[in-house]
Amino acid sequence: MAALSKHWKKIALVVVFVISLFVPVFVQNDYFLGIIILGYVWAIATYGLNILLGYTGQLSLGHAGFFGIGAYTVGVLTVNYEFPFWPSLLLAAIASSVLGFLIGIFALRTRNEYFAIFTLGVGFVIYLVIERWEGLTGGALGLIGVPYPEGIGPIQFDGPESIYYLILGFLILTIYIAWSIANSLVGRSFMAIRNSEELAAATGINVGRAKQLAFAISTGIAGLAGGLYATYIGFLGPAIVNVPTTFEILLYLLVGGMGSLSGPLVGAFLVTTLFQFLQQFEAYRLVILGPIVVILIIFFPKGLAGLWAALETRIKAMRGKGEMSGDAGASEEPAKEEAK
Amino acid sequence: MLLKTENLGITFGGLKAVNEVDFEVERGTVAAIIGPNGAGKSTFFNLMSGFHKPTTGTVTLDGENLTNLPAHKTVRSGMARTFQTTNLFMEDTVLDNLIVGHRVRTKSNFFDAIFRTPRLRREEKESRERAMEALEFAGVDRLANRTVGSISQEAQKRVSIALALATDPKILLLDEPAAGVNNEETEGLATLIRKLVEHDYTVCLVEHKMSMVMGLADKIMVLHHGEKIAEGAPKEVASNEAVIEAYLGAGEEEDA
Ligand SMILES: Nc1ncnc2c1ncn2[C@@H]1O[C@H](COP(=O)(O)OP(=O)(O)OP(=O)(O)O)[C@@H](O)[C@H]1O
Ligand SMILES: [Mg+2]
Repeated sequence: MAALSKHWKKIALVVVFVISLFVPVFVQNDYFLGIIILGYVWAIATYGLNILLGYTGQLSLGHAGFFGIGAYTVGVLTVNYEFPFWPSLLLAAIASSVLGFLIGIFALRTRNEYFAIFTLGVGFVIYLVIERWEGLTGGALGLIGVPYPEGIGPIQFDGPESIYYLILGFLILTIYIAWSIANSLVGRSFMAIRNSEELAAATGINVGRAKQLAFAISTGIAGLAGGLYATYIGFLGPAIVNVPTTFEILLYLLVGGMGSLSGPLVGAFLVTTLFQFLQQFEAYRLVILGPIVVILIIFFPKGLAGLWAALETRIKAMRGKGEMSGDAGASEEPAKEEAK
Repeated sequence: MLLKTENLGITFGGLKAVNEVDFEVERGTVAAIIGPNGAGKSTFFNLMSGFHKPTTGTVTLDGENLTNLPAHKTVRSGMARTFQTTNLFMEDTVLDNLIVGHRVRTKSNFFDAIFRTPRLRREEKESRERAMEALEFAGVDRLANRTVGSISQEAQKRVSIALALATDPKILLLDEPAAGVNNEETEGLATLIRKLVEHDYTVCLVEHKMSMVMGLADKIMVLHHGEKIAEGAPKEVASNEAVIEAYLGAGEEEDA
């Protein structure tokens, strides 16, 4: 049974991938294509948060700050210093990762809500520095004219279509990274920490170092997303780095489902699209979103991915009953009843 | 001696939770620590396994000084432990809970994960095999694919012991391995502990169930208000005046 559902998952994955390749063909309208591109960018940032929060169980509220470090690394280098894009993007990911690692040394001495508050402070300080350091970042006016990436061989990045493929490529890379972490002993260590720091330590996991690694990976991916954002939008203002952005990314993760592989993509994509439709209600956006978040957390703590998994189990159980032949499924199902 | 503590103690804000305890466990034996509630038994475990930093004294395992080492390093040195309350991940399968147990013996890192190196593959396989072996040893391999939340309390206790085993320990510290299970199951867990010793593991356990302790332990240490008040073979300890007094004073509520 498990093999069968794995099989379907593979097919679904291929279908989604093929559709994603043809998106620019179907979506001729630049505005809609832009929404999708941004959805991907935020999905990448959400995957970053997922590694720290979803896998390792540490709630950082400084994520937008690291997104900002990445965005402004690309912005400052390309606009002020006319540095080429590609090395700037690499530096963006490295800078935010290294900064995350260093800040992690202090931040991770705190736990739970204290860690959340500490990182909230870090994020806000990053925002303030970016907003105030006018000479470097353009302050409140921001940076204008972040260029598109230089072409690679025959590939030119000169419009939304090519940028779409660029960012799709990085999204796939990010998903691959998330997948390979989740399916490795490194990821297992992260998840052991999420479950119980005590038990993780008692099985010999260096909890401090593992958290630090998760934080550095998480901020590195945030920085990557920031750098991609900079080149696509072409303009950077400090607002995007500010605390509300962190909460938006957190919302994407909560909607999609913490700790799952599809959650960040589904959540970021759905919510950013929804945001666009709600844009005319700008002022009421939070009024509408607030209750949605509360309802989600209360009723669907595992997000859409969790809901899907629950449905899947239910369907399997129903099928099992329908057959009543008591084969493969039978070994699994009675187990759950016994427990209750 | 495999395990040895000298003068081991800790003070919590004036309270001497463990007071300068000398203790030794011989290789291939079962040592038990008993004492009334709040006597300092779990704290003593925490001191040995690096969860608390001692205020006084030393811990030595197999000749290696473990004093002041953080918990994860004591595991690397061969000290494995279980907790008084199981804190396995209830929603995950038994096997998934167990695989990480061997992590401490592996080296693959973030880059191995990203590039799916042969080392990663080998170590994943190793960890999986070691987990299955440990489950088999603990008699719960047939539950490998069940979620921890769906198996019995006794099975969870066995899984906890299997997790400790997966770290390839020299000694296992078991904190109340039979708490909250019935008499028959307690007997089964005692059998498992005997099997551990037969396979050259060394066991140190804290347990309130005297019948189990008396039948298992090669030696018993009694803690009371953080102090060692008696030590010796089960029979000696059972007839020790100070011990009887400590238990009567604390209100004897044991099943025997
Ligand atoms: N982290 C801590 N901080 C302060 N006091 C503590 C701490 N841990 C334990 N204590 C105290 O130390 C004493 C010994 O506790 P401990 O848990 O070691 O007892 P125990 O012998 O394991 O008892 P039980 O049989 O109930 O498990 C108690 O008075 C307890 O309140
Ligand atoms: Mg205790």
